[in-house]
Amino acid sequence: MYDVIIIGAGVTGSSIARQLSRYNASVCVLEKCEDVCEGTSKANSAIVHAGFDAAEGSLMAKMNVRGNELMGQLAEDLDIPFKRNGAMVVCIHKEAIDGLKTLYDRGIANGVKDLRILSREEALEMEPNLSDNVEGALYAPTSGIICPFMLNIAMAENAAVNGVDFRFNTKVEAIKRDEEGIWHLRTNNGEYTARYVVNAAGVYADIIHNMVSANKIKITPRRGDYCLLDKEVGGHVKHTIFPQPTNLGKGVLVSPTIHGNLIVGPTAVDLENKEGNNTTAAGIADLIAKANDHVKNLPMRKVITSFAGLRAHEANHEFIIKEVEDAPHFIDCAGIESPGLTSCPAIGEMVGGMLKEKMNLTEKENWISKRKGILNPQELSLEERNELIKKEPAYGQIICRCESISEGEILDAIHRPLGARSLDGVKRRTRAGMGRCQAGFCSPRVMEILHRELGLPLEEVTKSGGRSNIVIERTKGSNGGDEA
Amino acid sequence: MISYDIVIIGGGPAGLAAAVSARKSGIEKILILERDKELGGILNQCIHNGFGLHTFKEELTGPEYAYRFIEQVLEEKIEYKLNTMVMDISPDRVVTAMSREDGMYQIQAGAVILAMGCRERPRGALNIPGYRPAGIFSAGTAQRLVNIEGYMPGREVVILGSGDIGLIMARRMTLEGAKVKVVAELLPYSGGLKRNIVQCLNDFGIPLKLSHTVVDIEGKEHVTAVTIAEVGKDMKPIPGTEERYTCDTLLLSCGLIPENELSNKAGIQMNPVTSGPIVNESLETNIPGVFACGNVLHVHDLVDYVSEEATKAGANAAKFVQNGSKDTAKGHVVELKATDGARYTVPCTVDVDKMEDLLTVRFRVGAVFKDSFVSVYFDDERVQHLKKRILAPGEMEQVILQKKKLQEVKDLKTITIKIEAE
Repeated sequence: MYDVIIIGAGVTGSSIARQLSRYNASVCVLEKCEDVCEGTSKANSAIVHAGFDAAEGSLMAKMNVRGNELMGQLAEDLDIPFKRNGAMVVCIHKEAIDGLKTLYDRGIANGVKDLRILSREEALEMEPNLSDNVEGALYAPTSGIICPFMLNIAMAENAAVNGVDFRFNTKVEAIKRDEEGIWHLRTNNGEYTARYVVNAAGVYADIIHNMVSANKIKITPRRGDYCLLDKEVGGHVKHTIFPQPTNLGKGVLVSPTIHGNLIVGPTAVDLENKEGNNTTAAGIADLIAKANDHVKNLPMRKVITSFAGLRAHEANHEFIIKEVEDAPHFIDCAGIESPGLTSCPAIGEMVGGMLKEKMNLTEKENWISKRKGILNPQELSLEERNELIKKEPAYGQIICRCESISEGEILDAIHRPLGARSLDGVKRRTRAGMGRCQAGFCSPRVMEILHRELGLPLEEVTKSGGRSNIVIERTKGSNGGDEA
Repeated sequence: MISYDIVIIGGGPAGLAAAVSARKSGIEKILILERDKELGGILNQCIHNGFGLHTFKEELTGPEYAYRFIEQVLEEKIEYKLNTMVMDISPDRVVTAMSREDGMYQIQAGAVILAMGCRERPRGALNIPGYRPAGIFSAGTAQRLVNIEGYMPGREVVILGSGDIGLIMARRMTLEGAKVKVVAELLPYSGGLKRNIVQCLNDFGIPLKLSHTVVDIEGKEHVTAVTIAEVGKDMKPIPGTEERYTCDTLLLSCGLIPENELSNKAGIQMNPVTSGPIVNESLETNIPGVFACGNVLHVHDLVDYVSEEATKAGANAAKFVQNGSKDTAKGHVVELKATDGARYTVPCTVDVDKMEDLLTVRFRVGAVFKDSFVSVYFDDERVQHLKKRILAPGEMEQVILQKKKLQEVKDLKTITIKIEAE
């Protein structure tokens, strides 16, 4: 039996897991997919929001601003890239200019620092590719960009190093509480028991919640399509450019990513299907049209991929983070839509604090707060790189030519705690396959490395677990051995 | 820093022919840098025949064709490094390379020949809507899996794009027992060679649907179905024309892109039409002593033309090493232009004083032309007018310019290639 079971290994679940790993408690994370960061956490704008959007006094506002504050130290501790590039909310209609002041006031009330309203001239000087129609902008220098994969992976990895168990491919099917108050979680991989349960199941948080409570909730998957553009045009804007918000959210943004690409999106379409993360022609057309309203000369010919993510939208547009009234020792983290990524360090802190108090948890003496990321040889000098290759020749072999990722980095990604087991796992940890050729060149090579390092037959090497195998069988003429 | 007279980036058909040619022109210190574990480049996975009809007057497979050149490289004892990635080329021709054995190191090159080839346009760049499951491959990646690794990606296949690799893979997958259900092509004509349409599709009863594209990909983990639809003149899908094919594999053969990341970093000027370097009559880029040939310069249809072009690049690089670095004065430079259906020319400029007696200018057309003329204009005067029964975007065309004809025209500024109806 565990002290705490967390359902879901996205940024929310992983942040809570890392926070709990500070304490003397047995903690387990159950994840239905084969890796962390497989749901909402993997497909979003990758923005660390300043916090002027959420309603004044809301939990969402509180978590956003606190999360933003915590992110700098967290990124440093976890050795992941993070940059406060600043955001601009751009007004292009004279009659809407007062809206900027409303946002400014809300931001100040929420505790956002250093907000400033810019004139048309100031805005254009800072960001020459803004639309010619710009009337003014709200500038938020604390807004930042981060890699959601690396954040999620690093938090989970650090939690695992500190003793948290992760169970992948483990889907919770039913939850019951026995007379002693112990929670029993039936999964496809047997039963798990715990004193406390944390529901961090993203778009499935309603299904998990509704297993234990008579007060039903509903989470609507709100799909957002995105386009990612080549690094060649990653400098088209330097800040994250938002339109003025509407009731459907923050609208279509244009932003550099932490890795130097340009991201455009998302759209907002409410769905029933919790797995409906397919892009649509209408969605892509819509986001291109909308992005062009605020940023001119968008080089859409330089798209290298498009994708869609599902936000876990709750009707009141508020985070639900609390113990469920009719289910003692069961804590919901539901409705964690944007700014969920920004808020995850704060949610971890809050839920960790709640559990510490309820369970009287004591701090570990030997908690490891820092995590060393996968070495990036591109940051080394020629001499340092040579030293490295002499010691570890695999760092001299480039596998992904677009992003210049070496075999050494891929081996590290596979063999570290909670290591990669699929092409997507390698991709999210190292960026191999994320460049402009989109893995056309490196996928057979990464498959071979996974096959060799994990002892998997090539037919069982997958894109992202389950039935996503890349090849199905040997060709007629091949000899069936390892070397064709 | 170690130094070589000529460093060649890429050991595929272009790099090999350039190396042999440079050696035959008298250059001793030549180094080929190849990122794969063997020489030959993409030819190694092209196990079908049909290579070398022009060069060797016989039909060879890809590996056989490559070996004809590898043999010469070995005989000539030209140095090469395998499993070596070039990380950077500087404007003063310092090449930074890296490998497991040698670490990261720099080479001062007297001349550099760019022969990096091209890559395939991926799904992402095509903005095809739908899910993003396993089972979607560029045709060349599938070709590598089948022909080099010996594994089948799937059993029921839809192919988008009728580029040559897609056509070849339609036949290859069929021969391996897969069912290729349809080849859809966005354009109203195929970008592949006529002979490949006949031999790879028609002979196997595989339908080719022109003016069609993929409008949906189904399958959360693995591809389960693909929907195609007809497109109108605006290239947009026509509602009501959708056809759904259950399948487990989608192959994409939607164009090749010269691989010029290194060239861009080095500050080499690019032609936006070809996505390859702008070169003069010597196949030299705007950086003196840096030459380009093969698919990195412009995408070729036949490897024979790659070898021919690379042979010239090798000889010109040799000349540069032997005396050219001193001989930088420009002569009478004429601009080459492609208009009226002709899309581009290689080279882009010609120095009348420096050109050889005959210069082959290669180009491609932007649409299918029947019973038309390829015309060459010296400024406003038409000097060549060649009747062609058919001109197609999939097949490279050429005209030959004579030095003495160019010299005859006083103050010649522009040579224009046009496609004319009469």
